[in-house]
Amino acid sequence: MHEMILTTLWTVVKILCVVLPLFGAVAYLTFAERKIIAYMQARLGPNRVGPKGWLQPIADVMKMFFKEVIIPTNANRYLFLLAPIFALAPALAAWAVIPFSATMVIANINAGVLYVLTITSLGVYGIIIAGWASNSKYAFLGALRSSAQIISYEIAMGFALVGVLMAAGSLNLNQIITAQQGGIIHWYWLPLFPLFIVHWISAVAETNRSPFDLAEGESEIVAGFHVEYAGISFGLFFLAEYANMILMAFLAAIFYLGGWLSPFQGIPVLEEFFAFVPGIVWLFIKAGFFIFLYLWFRATFPRYRYDQLMRLGWKVFIPVTIVWLVVLAVAIKLDLGPWFA
Amino acid sequence: MLKHLKHWLKSFSLWELLKGMSVTLRYFFAPKVTIQYPEQKTPKSPRFRGLHALRRYENGEERCIACKLCEAVCPALAITIDSEEREDGTRRTTRYDIDLFKCVYCGLCEEACPVDSIVLTRIDDFFMDKRGDQVITKQELLTLGDKYETQIASDRAEDAKYR
Repeated sequence: MHEMILTTLWTVVKILCVVLPLFGAVAYLTFAERKIIAYMQARLGPNRVGPKGWLQPIADVMKMFFKEVIIPTNANRYLFLLAPIFALAPALAAWAVIPFSATMVIANINAGVLYVLTITSLGVYGIIIAGWASNSKYAFLGALRSSAQIISYEIAMGFALVGVLMAAGSLNLNQIITAQQGGIIHWYWLPLFPLFIVHWISAVAETNRSPFDLAEGESEIVAGFHVEYAGISFGLFFLAEYANMILMAFLAAIFYLGGWLSPFQGIPVLEEFFAFVPGIVWLFIKAGFFIFLYLWFRATFPRYRYDQLMRLGWKVFIPVTIVWLVVLAVAIKLDLGPWFA
Repeated sequence: MLKHLKHWLKSFSLWELLKGMSVTLRYFFAPKVTIQYPEQKTPKSPRFRGLHALRRYENGEERCIACKLCEAVCPALAITIDSEEREDGTRRTTRYDIDLFKCVYCGLCEEACPVDSIVLTRIDDFFMDKRGDQVITKQELLTLGDKYETQIASDRAEDAKYR
């Protein structure tokens, strides 16, 4: 009995150790987004609140907290307020299996990849429920678009992950990382290059980020599924979206860039020189690169048209992944080095 | 056939997308053009037409002789003038009101003025916080003129050779 309480408490502490920094990261990701996009547009971005604008996200959060939560007439009250929670919960729950280093992981489960896939697909319920419960045509259209898009790209993403599973021979995220041991050229981005690209583009589409952000197409459907939300209920959607972005960046780093493995593995002098750097730092640098890509895409690409989006998902990505799975199967069968030897 | 292959290669290598991203990355490191407004301002022409002012002669006598040419020429009917004879026998305004909401800042009053009394200054960042404050009176206009006389005079001098 005593032991049970202790393990529960310990788990809660571990969860807080992941979730609280995540909230901070989301706040400062919004700041980074505004700054980076501004710089790419030859502007300066927010620089007035606090030194160099570093308190801007705090001000934004305070504003969200103190704004009124408006519930539209004829909206389904309970579902309307539950939807942001449905959106946020999976975005946080998926972090349970992310290995920050060889030992730092909340739940080191064998079906890690499956767990991540199932939990992230649940996120679409938040969007559907939000769109339906708002009793607004814009929100409803946004929700329909978003759910169709997420479901379509999940297939391409799933197929890309099949390649990772074939290469690593495991569903456990830590084992996938250790299977990539041996330096930059051993990481899966090289043997699975087409899958890596497809996976990353699908990840951008999965999180409803630009250029796949038709779910909130300002010009046609105002703001999509979250038009009717205000104050902190909108803030939760925001939090979920950005938490999902960070999650996708970490997953891409784990699946294709060797997670917490050092990039200098196998290089004689540099390997010893950088041996003191803990694995978590490498993981953060790799994930940071993907997060920067998110913002870079948003600053560069115009929004897709809906039929083009569907065409890309179904008629390009899925065939490409299937073809590469066949190539990969042959490579594994032939023990092609250095990856599958 | 070759054309198809070329198109196929181009789209699968994401060539156009990478080209677009290289543009944004270049701009990421390029110098920024933002003007930090209250601290930095863009240069203004001496002909800038902002807030009005009434000038005085160097001996302190107000220039305005209440000829009402500005009132007559004003296309927006923003100027209201009443006049009276002063003890020394000269004609002076007793009331010189400009409604800043009616004014279109065309500068015709300044053009019409025979004694260079009413002028438009460089001031463009003014505000009022009470209803009714948009009508500025003779006293306020004269104060503005006194305050910014050096600037007004140098602007007029700079533009004089083009008139």
